[in-house]
Amino acid sequence: MIYFDNAATTCVSKTALDAMMPALTENYGNPSSLHLLGQTSNQALDEARQTVAKCLGAQPNEIYFTSGGSEADNWAITQMALQGQKKGKNHLITTTFEHHAVLHTMKRLEKNGFEVTYLDVHEDGVVRPEDLEAAIRPETALVTIMYANNEIGTIQPVEELAKVCHDHKVLFHTDAVQAVGHLPIDVKAQGIDMLSLSGHKFHGPKGVGALYCRRGVRLTNFIEGGAQERNRRAGTENLPGICGMAAALQEACDNMEENNARVSAMRDKLIAGITPIPCTRINGSLEHRLPGNVNASFEGIEGESLLLRLDLAGICASSGSACTSGSLDPSHVLLAIGTPVEVAHGSLRLSLDEVNTMEEVDYCLEQLPKIVELLRSMSPVWEQMQKEGRC
Amino acid sequence: MSGGVDSSAAALMLSDLGYEVLGVTLHLYDNETIGLESRTCCSLDDVEDARRTCWSLGCKHFTLNRKELFLNEVITPFVSTYQQGHTPNPCIDCNRQVKIPALYRFMREMSGEVFATGHYVRVEHTADGRHLLKKGLDAKKDQSYMLYTMTQEQLAHAVFPLGEFTKEQIRQFAQEKQLTSAHKPDSQDICFVPDGDYVDFLTRHTGHAPEPGPFLNPEGKVIGTHRGYVGYTIGQRKGLGVPAASRLYVYEKDPETNIVRLGEEFRIYRQELDANRVNFIGMDSISQPIRCKAKIRYHHAEQPCTVVQTGADSIHVTFDEPQRAIAPGQSLVLYDGDYVLGGGTIL
Ligand SMILES: Cc1ncc(COP(=O)(O)O)c(C=O)c1O
Repeated sequence: MIYFDNAATTCVSKTALDAMMPALTENYGNPSSLHLLGQTSNQALDEARQTVAKCLGAQPNEIYFTSGGSEADNWAITQMALQGQKKGKNHLITTTFEHHAVLHTMKRLEKNGFEVTYLDVHEDGVVRPEDLEAAIRPETALVTIMYANNEIGTIQPVEELAKVCHDHKVLFHTDAVQAVGHLPIDVKAQGIDMLSLSGHKFHGPKGVGALYCRRGVRLTNFIEGGAQERNRRAGTENLPGICGMAAALQEACDNMEENNARVSAMRDKLIAGITPIPCTRINGSLEHRLPGNVNASFEGIEGESLLLRLDLAGICASSGSACTSGSLDPSHVLLAIGTPVEVAHGSLRLSLDEVNTMEEVDYCLEQLPKIVELLRSMSPVWEQMQKEGRC
Repeated sequence: MSGGVDSSAAALMLSDLGYEVLGVTLHLYDNETIGLESRTCCSLDDVEDARRTCWSLGCKHFTLNRKELFLNEVITPFVSTYQQGHTPNPCIDCNRQVKIPALYRFMREMSGEVFATGHYVRVEHTADGRHLLKKGLDAKKDQSYMLYTMTQEQLAHAVFPLGEFTKEQIRQFAQEKQLTSAHKPDSQDICFVPDGDYVDFLTRHTGHAPEPGPFLNPEGKVIGTHRGYVGYTIGQRKGLGVPAASRLYVYEKDPETNIVRLGEEFRIYRQELDANRVNFIGMDSISQPIRCKAKIRYHHAEQPCTVVQTGADSIHVTFDEPQRAIAPGQSLVLYDGDYVLGGGTIL
């Protein structure tokens, strides 16, 4: 089996698993307990916090552990919005192609009286700082723009966007779930006020993540209860998860340069092999792109069938974002970059990382064109396109 | 797979027969599409039931998104047919344009050999290469009326495991096998109008309520006010709210003028009809007039008639006896004994 769905989740690395095991076995103490076992756990928790902080260029007391990326997004956005509202600021800025953890939070805030500006991400899937500048108003409470997109892998000019925000004294949050562990990040140098990350996107375990919140930015409590996470987020910590995530992040950051060189070579080979298939486009900027992301649309076919045929061929891939009942709606990300609905339907995301190999890429390039051709031969839409000479 | 007992039982039977089964659920609409807060059919719970059934059989399950197709091919025609003063049959449109083609295409895309549904019908493959559609063995449950639009190509690959059984047997089978869906009630209404109130649906979908208009008697005299022509069906007697010495029936509707005509019972009888969008199953076409039986709606006892083909996809039907309340928009289905000869949409 070939796993090309690393943007959805990754396998837990050996390093991460080894870091988790003590907390799952002998070191089972509650970090809040005062006895030796508790202290041991608390020390492990603190070390994990230091590790995560160091990888981001942050201080340990700026890291809050959460249950994942979604929670970190919800926390950052709702709390900053509510704080803004108290000061009469009821305007928020984001983009049209955020993850649903951000977009649906925005929808809820809109119902509660906020006005939200959704910045255009243009055809290449990159936000323009001047568009942001034009959208900022005196009553803007928060700007949240993702670091790298989960579907088309485009990387945003975060440093410039943050600068625009600071010039206008507005807080800047970024959903960096797809970037952390894959791109070099320094929150201080880049001027990031808040950042969300998730452990399972860089070979850590699922159900654990973190919110970085710069000192000086007042973060309000998200879950009431005990004193965990500096009173902000109650609940006995997911220590195995946190230790695994920290170890995975350390490993990813240590090997980043080497990994990226290998992974982007595989990505480029895939893109070069897919592009010649007729009536096919690669979505999103080729230049500002995550090392492991390939996103292509094949006109005349359904993404669902393509995925299932690839699955039969032993290749795990993904299409747009999955909707509630497990059926696929045309991806809001592809629509946001102006892809026509019928083209968006036939899209495919292959997301690679360092566990993949060139042999896997070759096998995929052998299978994919055949499958596309097979599905097109059964497609009434394709037949119509041929008749009209559109392909 | 709808998540109901019939499709679940069909999957189980095929799996028992040694087929490698892929379960498919078609996602046809959302609450937003139909403007309802809650619904009884095609809900997330049903999808979960379908999936669970598949997994318990060790089969894969997929949900295919066919919302756009369903909107364009079923809901939109449903609304416009009513607006034309006719009576649509969305389940037939769905089978014709959405369900069967989607399953058939998916089967081919996955290099499958056959596709199956939980309909109570049978298929027979003749020596000379025709693929015939037959009524289900359970006369009470027979659903051949709903599938007369199937093409030869589709029938060649269709399997209907429930066709040889009664509903009772299937329920019992589902209970014995402890299928999650064994105790689910059958769905009755149109899936996107779960409460049966189609006038309310049309109002929500189009954004405007039907306008009241006059009831006229056969002499052209106004005898009352109706709540909008879309809310009445040919042959309707109840709920008219017009006091009269003798029983009155809806016998004509005019969408142009919003007039609904009421009259004596004899006016709702017609002996002849024309149908278009014809699909033949038992033969490619009919060169000579044929004698057979026909149904003009799902719950109609089939009646003897003579059929003449009038065009590539149109026929003219003369019944031996006048038929009550022939409603344009409904389907006419022709039978020779248990076999479906074909059918079309009543004009
Ligand atoms: C950009 C982005 N944000 C947020 C999330 C949600 O993260 P999690 O699954 O940890 O809640 C994901 C991943 O699913 C993501 O790709």
